[in-house]
Amino acid sequence: MSMSGGRALNPGRWLGVPMLLCIVATILFAAPIRIWGLQLPEPVFAMVPAFAWAMIRPSILAPFALLILGLFLDIFWGGPTGLWGLSLLVAYAMVLILRNAMTGQSRPMMWAWFAGVTAVTMVAGFLFTMLDSLAMPSLLAVFWQFLVTALLFPFAHRLVDRFEDADVRFR
Amino acid sequence: MPFREGPLGDLKVPLTWTAAVALIVAAVIAVAFLLADRRETLQEQAYGVTRQTVDVVAKPVSGAIAAPGRWTGLGFDYVRSYFFTAQENRRLKTELAEMRQWRDRALALQDQNERFKSLMGLRTDPPIPMASARVVSDSRGPFANTRLADAGSEKGIVVGNPVLNERGLVGRVVGVSHGVSRVLLLTDIASRTPVMIDRTNARAILTGDGGPNPKLEYLRGVDPIQQGDRVVTSGDGGVVPRGLPVGAAVKGLDGRWRVVLFADQSSIDFIRILLFKDFAQLANEKELQAKTLPPVTTEDPQTSILSIPPAAPAPAAPAPTTTAPSAAQPKPPAAAAPKPAAPKPAQPKPAAAPVATRPPPTGTPQ
Repeated sequence: MSMSGGRALNPGRWLGVPMLLCIVATILFAAPIRIWGLQLPEPVFAMVPAFAWAMIRPSILAPFALLILGLFLDIFWGGPTGLWGLSLLVAYAMVLILRNAMTGQSRPMMWAWFAGVTAVTMVAGFLFTMLDSLAMPSLLAVFWQFLVTALLFPFAHRLVDRFEDADVRFR
Repeated sequence: MPFREGPLGDLKVPLTWTAAVALIVAAVIAVAFLLADRRETLQEQAYGVTRQTVDVVAKPVSGAIAAPGRWTGLGFDYVRSYFFTAQENRRLKTELAEMRQWRDRALALQDQNERFKSLMGLRTDPPIPMASARVVSDSRGPFANTRLADAGSEKGIVVGNPVLNERGLVGRVVGVSHGVSRVLLLTDIASRTPVMIDRTNARAILTGDGGPNPKLEYLRGVDPIQQGDRVVTSGDGGVVPRGLPVGAAVKGLDGRWRVVLFADQSSIDFIRILLFKDFAQLANEKELQAKTLPPVTTEDPQTSILSIPPAAPAPAAPAPTTTAPSAAQPKPPAAAAPKPAAPKPAQPKPAAAPVATRPPPTGTPQ
């Protein structure tokens, strides 16, 4: 049994550490590296906590942590400020509403849910960008980013597994 | 005093509801940020202090992360060049033989071009100064395509400067701090660049959409473009100078004309930032600010209107009248001034006489 079993969950552990890891991973994958003419993919690592935090438990801090993560993505990637913050909050809201339906399902089914939530987030980002820039982003580019982001489900699954039962008040 | 011991300590609120309220507040803040964003403008204020600070912090971090990747790439290149030297040598020899023909042709064309320029008195643009930089970070998503370069305001870079690599145009600078600048790529959805088709001079606007091949919009004219046409900057609007290579035209799967960027054909490590602000810098400011101006001459109404025009063309001007007033030795106006309207009857003057006060056209042999 873990040490945290007898007390409330420390936000630094389930919010702070994943947030930091997302930032580090994002910076790593932004390196200008080309291998045989191909660039590195650019997955949205912040989708992992957006999905997992809502699955673990409802929280007041999580939406603001997501907002900060989104603002970081916008500024670091040079996109419109608020775009990813808003898109990630759409994902969080969707999981929060559907968490009763998702909880306890098999791993492949959860992966499908994660892909679905990621697709909704990308569509939200697509629409917000259309409204902000008054132009239509490339659907192919959106699809590639969706595809590489959907592959991140194992990390979200691990985060949910690690903290789903960690807070005694939610057992 | 802890909250739980206060008068509101016993207040029980469902966590789901408080989480929902927090979610709505966070969403409202995000919408406010999105509405206030003005990154696509060329104004420096639009970039903001927060973005500048993040760029300054991200530069050394991303630079350190990018370094091992760069070294690995260099290592691979070294090993590959070691194993494929003979093949490379054969290829280079063939290329050299071909290039020699091109060199001879280029020299002939250069000579011809110089003669045409001299005949037409054409003024060509002076070379634009550049700053070299290394890319330390690169975003490639559908909603943002930017690069972070490790040169900033200390090298004279300002917002709006065009950015190239050795093959062609990459984008333009949208944010500058000390030691770092943010480059908006041609593929970004906020990017709009005035271009023209080299073959037909047809104008278009190159519009990014987050994909690798930006679109050509507002293309005008009858049959203005063909597959493979070279696309260059038009210089319209004064944001980028005319004639920078951009790419080759291709028809996309969606039936729209798109551009395969030349810049994508080479390494993305190094870029050149043109320190181009506007077309005013292409003029020679020293010439424009010359303090000695040619003397002002007024027309003599007696000779130009009231008198009878000379019947025959005037003979060639005498030698002293052909000397132009130079900037170094301005001629006193009195010496060349036309005669005032005098009581004496007007006499037809030789047509070449007023020429003595005018400077010859540029390029006229003295």
